[in-house]
Amino acid sequence: MSQRNRLATGGRIDRTRPLRFTFNGVSFQGYAGDTLASALIANGVDVLNRSFKYARPRGVVTAGADEPNAIVQLGATEAGQVPNVRATQQALYDGLVAKSTNGWPNVDRDLMGVIGSLGGKFMPPGFYYKTFMSPASAWPKYEQYIRKAAGLGRSPRETDPDIYDHMHHHCDVMVVGAGPSGLAAALAAARSGARVILCDEQEEMGGSLLDSRELIDGKPAAEWAAAVVAELSALPDVLLLPRTTANGYHDHNFVTLHERRTEHLADLAPLANGRRQSRARMHKVRAGRVVLATGTHERPLVYARNDVPGNLVAGAVSTYIRRYGVVPGQRLVLSTSNDHAYRAALDWHDAGREVVAIVDARDKPDGDLVAAARSRNIRIITGSAVIEAQGKKRVTAAVVAAIDIAGFRVKGSTQELACDTIASSGGYSPVVHLAAHTGRRPVWRDDLLGFVSGGVPGQIPAGGVNGRWSLRDAIADGFECGVRAAAETGLTAGTFTLPTVAPVREGKPVALYQVPHTKAAMRAPKQFVDQQNDVTAAGIELATREGFEAIEHVKRYTGLGFGTDQGKLGNINGMAIAARVTQQSIPDVGTTVFRPNYTPITFGAIAGRHCNEFFDPRRYTALHGWHVERGAAFEVVGQWMRPWYFPRGNESMHDAVQRESRAVREGVGILDASTLGKIEIQGKDAREFLNRLYTNAWTKLEPGKCRYGLMCKDDGMVMDDGVTACLAENHFHMTTTTGGAAGVLDWMEMWHQTEWPELEVYFNSTTDHWAAMTVTGPNARKLLTELVDIDMSAEAFGYMDWREAKVAGVPARIFRISFTGELSYEINVQANYAMHVWKALFEKGAKYDLTPYGTETMHVLRAEKGFIIIGQETDGSVTPEDLGMQWCVGYKKPYSWIGRRALTRPDTKRSDRKQLVGLKPLDPQVVLQEGAQIVLDKEIKVPMPMVGHVTSSYFSPNLGHGFALALVKGGSQRIGQTVYLPMADGKIHAAEVVSPVFYDSEGARHHV
Amino acid sequence: MLHIYCPHCDEYREEEEFRPKGEAHIARPADPENTSDEDWGNYLFFRKNPRGLHHEQWFHSAGCRKFFNVTRDTVSYEILETYKPGQQPTVTAESRQAQASAQASNQGAAK
Amino acid sequence: MQHYSGFGLLKHGLSHHENWQRMWRNPVPKAQYDVIIVGGGGHGLATAYYLAKVHGITNVAVVEKGWLGGGNTARNTTIVRSNYLWDEAAWLYEHAMKLWEGLSQDLNYNVMFSQRGVMNLGHTLQDMRDIHRRVNANRLNGIDGEVLDVKQIQEIVPHMDCSANRRYPVMGASWQPRAGVARHDAVAWGFARGADALGVDLLQQTEVTGFRISGGKVLGVETNRGFIGAKTVGCVAAGNSGVLAKMAGFKLPVESHPLQALVSEPMKPILDTVVMSNHVHGYVSQSDKGDLVIGAGIDGYNGYGQRGSYPTIEHTLQAIVELFPIFSRVRMNRQWGGIVDTTPDACPIISATPVGGLFFNCGWGTGGFKATPGSGHVFAATLAEGKAHPLAAPFTIDRFISGKLIDEHGAAGVAH
Repeated sequence: MSQRNRLATGGRIDRTRPLRFTFNGVSFQGYAGDTLASALIANGVDVLNRSFKYARPRGVVTAGADEPNAIVQLGATEAGQVPNVRATQQALYDGLVAKSTNGWPNVDRDLMGVIGSLGGKFMPPGFYYKTFMSPASAWPKYEQYIRKAAGLGRSPRETDPDIYDHMHHHCDVMVVGAGPSGLAAALAAARSGARVILCDEQEEMGGSLLDSRELIDGKPAAEWAAAVVAELSALPDVLLLPRTTANGYHDHNFVTLHERRTEHLADLAPLANGRRQSRARMHKVRAGRVVLATGTHERPLVYARNDVPGNLVAGAVSTYIRRYGVVPGQRLVLSTSNDHAYRAALDWHDAGREVVAIVDARDKPDGDLVAAARSRNIRIITGSAVIEAQGKKRVTAAVVAAIDIAGFRVKGSTQELACDTIASSGGYSPVVHLAAHTGRRPVWRDDLLGFVSGGVPGQIPAGGVNGRWSLRDAIADGFECGVRAAAETGLTAGTFTLPTVAPVREGKPVALYQVPHTKAAMRAPKQFVDQQNDVTAAGIELATREGFEAIEHVKRYTGLGFGTDQGKLGNINGMAIAARVTQQSIPDVGTTVFRPNYTPITFGAIAGRHCNEFFDPRRYTALHGWHVERGAAFEVVGQWMRPWYFPRGNESMHDAVQRESRAVREGVGILDASTLGKIEIQGKDAREFLNRLYTNAWTKLEPGKCRYGLMCKDDGMVMDDGVTACLAENHFHMTTTTGGAAGVLDWMEMWHQTEWPELEVYFNSTTDHWAAMTVTGPNARKLLTELVDIDMSAEAFGYMDWREAKVAGVPARIFRISFTGELSYEINVQANYAMHVWKALFEKGAKYDLTPYGTETMHVLRAEKGFIIIGQETDGSVTPEDLGMQWCVGYKKPYSWIGRRALTRPDTKRSDRKQLVGLKPLDPQVVLQEGAQIVLDKEIKVPMPMVGHVTSSYFSPNLGHGFALALVKGGSQRIGQTVYLPMADGKIHAAEVVSPVFYDSEGARHHV
Repeated sequence: MLHIYCPHCDEYREEEEFRPKGEAHIARPADPENTSDEDWGNYLFFRKNPRGLHHEQWFHSAGCRKFFNVTRDTVSYEILETYKPGQQPTVTAESRQAQASAQASNQGAAK
Repeated sequence: MQHYSGFGLLKHGLSHHENWQRMWRNPVPKAQYDVIIVGGGGHGLATAYYLAKVHGITNVAVVEKGWLGGGNTARNTTIVRSNYLWDEAAWLYEHAMKLWEGLSQDLNYNVMFSQRGVMNLGHTLQDMRDIHRRVNANRLNGIDGEVLDVKQIQEIVPHMDCSANRRYPVMGASWQPRAGVARHDAVAWGFARGADALGVDLLQQTEVTGFRISGGKVLGVETNRGFIGAKTVGCVAAGNSGVLAKMAGFKLPVESHPLQALVSEPMKPILDTVVMSNHVHGYVSQSDKGDLVIGAGIDGYNGYGQRGSYPTIEHTLQAIVELFPIFSRVRMNRQWGGIVDTTPDACPIISATPVGGLFFNCGWGTGGFKATPGSGHVFAATLAEGKAHPLAAPFTIDRFISGKLIDEHGAAGVAH
């Protein structure tokens, strides 16, 4: 198909670079510099999509971010799919493949359209709230059908091969929008010495200058834009970001910018130097001042059947003609409430096509543009408006009538003007979105018929968004705001003179939003307000009739403004209609609230590189490589990767754990314990600090000794535990749980800095400095003796002692502590010597069958001893006494340590709290499920009163039966009782309540 | 995202370096064992939670690792001052109100 | 009240929808009511509805400073579930769930309660222990729930990446089939319409500025429209509970935080259920309109600004892309924030207060929407009887003194 709407000359497209693209399976040609929308218009494609609710045919309405209809699915490959692309903002590239998002079997002949046109009458706003209720059981079926109609485009089904990245910036002046005022502001600020960032959402900087009819310094406006961009790009402290949308404005002048880096080139980011470029980039900018030069959006008029393809906003007509060299039709009728929109008719006329008439709602239009139209002998019908469009898939005529705006009625008879395009303009809405993102409500200005910024600290609106609409004013305001922004960051104004722009005299616009029809709004053909969501004027009127009078109610009931254009086109018209029918003023109906994003941006861009391997760092111990080599299975603990078990050959996890457990009890095993948190504590008050922090006493712990400690929060609930060693009088080495390390350090800092600053004590995390290896089992001493330079005898090196020594020639601290119940030594060496020591241990340990074991065996062994794991036996609701750890509570310590007071509250004093016990299943082969709930009476039907749950459960090769730890209500009084565990599969296990210490309750095995 | 001035570092830094730690100036009862259950509960759990000026604790966790206090408006999110532990705020709801009424009476006088 | 039905829709269609009645009146406040509810959100409107319907108390006003359902009711991510860990919480939310199951018919208003299931993913061994613990407890409490393995998960959510090479591979999930989502605005409107029809006065644009209290008892509320009397006043004003308590002269164990959420652009259905992950920290469902509805956790600072900080949005979407790498090219349309009143144990407060006749229902934190009918039902009983409904009894303010907390942090780790 030829580009029948393309002009032979003009526009900013490159006619020497034709591009092929496909829309709905048909191949077309456009030019470099086109958007997908301009290329489709050039090729005479009218119907781009079907509407959401009524499946009505829809075409292009605007030329920018405010487009509600021209939403397409992009992508030639599955992985390259992009849903919901606005054709008006998508640059054309060679090989682009696009499809309509709705329409079956195709967008031209859509069966849903039949349902829409027949059933539309019965689908007022909120119709689904009023039906599909009976029978109740049928709702899921109804919902299936509703869901089938959902959505615009579709998600890719394949993983995105592209990457996205983030950059952080600080600048003095951030200018949003590179139209006349934005360019002027950036130039003024830059010449004043400010570090400036200027961004603009379009492919090319210049904004309205690119399609302006006016001259600056006697030259086309676009030339001035090019000159300013050239000057700015030569300055070292200026960053120019085209194709970059300021999508969010956040507190304290933090602006997020979304830069489309490759979307104008291909579906998937092209390779550069063999590497994939980032598809998009988020710039996170902290700015001294933000100049908002975001301009305005033109409001269409709301008349009957204003959604038929061929209805456009007036400014878009000018943009397509002047910027893209495309005329979107043959015969134009313009319906306007203001002078500015006359540009569309002038541009249309000057492009050599017929302007059937300008229909002006005002009785006596008289500005310069009106005069220009008159001088071209364009017919102007005053005091009138287009009240209805005719045609199905393309406008065929405009119905025009004289209107009484104040009385909201049509005067006299109507006339039909044959045409294929209706352009309309109801005025201009400042783009105040970014001024509202931090919660500041925009303020209505009657003189502008629009909302302006409510005033945000640090933000300066310039030009159109500030109500300075003429080119001359916009540039002047831009300069002024740029100087002001620089000055407010402490800089002095640079020098410049304002360019010369001839003034354009414009007549006063009239307030017209919804155009009256010969029929009442409820009976007239649909007058669309929000085209994407099929919200009509009648729908808004109905909402207010039903009691939805606040604009937020109207929006939610009708869906107004909830589309992907976020109401850029329709919100003000919707408010005006709600105001009219409730007989209020627009500001009385409410103000519009805008939230980020200004235009939608991909999840990928927001997530940036923080996915996959960078989602959260993996922490590895110094011995990780060895574990991998040995085929360890790993468990994720916090950020750490810990060996879970070390299967030999085809061994199952169960078999490996049984073997490892036996090895520790019968010979010797070794565990990589490096992940335990370690905190160095120094200072003359270190001991006192420990006394306050831990539940137990630390006063008498001598250098060379270790002690287990429990930590509570001040509500008395256990939060962490670990062994702390006294290195010297004022020097301690604390260990914490693997997952709790960072939190415990923060906790200590908080208490020290904010509660007890008088204590002289210092903390330092040493988790990564030390690698820790636990050598445990009856042969542990024999093995170590071969590698150390100290006396390892029980007399010289007792239980809960620690010693400095050399292990395999490496300086080490050896702690004789036991989490397995066996004779155990925890060897700490500087992490980068760990592999050497570990290997030396295996070398000497071969004859003892030194067995590496993982966290699972560690769990079995500690559970056999009744030792708790924080987070497994505790859940934030467990006190030391609940755990039966009264031995670890210093009731007589003079200082009321953290958590102590809370233990005497009424609820923590109760004797029937849940307490830690052991469970021995009556069937020795049964291993209870961790998380199984416990009941006393198995005969009761659901709901069954539960008395506790299983916290840990394993099969013990050493005991020869399954066993568990559990928290049971009043558990310490239930020893010997039988409890029951009803499972999901219908089985009910029985277990005897026993002591939580299953193995070597006298502790004989580690006291050797 | 808040821009927070750390009084220890003497610099503005991004919120991501900090962690909020709740209401500031909550004194732990000096003699917990002789504090009533009610007062202990108040200390543990009951907070001012003001709509407006709030004095709160922040922790420069990915910076200098020090705690400090912030006077912040919980509606506008404006930060009016930051100060070190042990110091008292200079901007309070009362001082702000007094300032506002002084301004109002000045304006009244000007008219 | 005009009865709604499919037939009615046809009839009104033929008369150009000109004969629909108002869903609620816009009454002038009376001088005195039997009960005043402060807060016209879902919970407040439900309270008023059940006061009138169950207890026959119809001389009731709902006082709302803005528009009905304009607070968190309008800002949540619409998830409904009852799979709470502790008995007290589970019973309360299951009570709500049972009411949800007949709510559209009861209100003659389709709240689009869609029982498409909620899945809570486990990514660590401890996650799985917690999941088993919770599902076992739910089951024995008569609440539906099962534990799914990865294969079963993939059958329900084929597009989630459950492979072992993710940073935190999915190990399993809890699954509550009766859980799902509902149309949040419709819940407020349905209760409002129902309450209004039973005689309740819904007073919008009416802001409480103080309480009139004499001899330790409440006499009514001061508002921008003058004094309105009632001997029983129930405050159900999420996001402003602390402010109201201050007016009445006491503090609450409540802190108000921003809670953010976001939606994608509408897309063709691709996700049929609600997927939540505490560990990776995000959750997502797809609405009947096609939007992916996404949330995560609260911002850590107190805030009444109905907005939070940008990094929270970043982390949330990082989690979603980690779970669903195919959504990377999907666009986020809009984000917003609510104000949630959090308590130290992540459970609500439904309680008498130090002021006689003044009751509070607050502190629902991030999970209030799902409780809406249950909360209103038990609070109505509490106001009608002057003492706690048995299901509400464990949720008094006293628990923060006695220490009898109901710590649901595990269940509420991500906001929902």
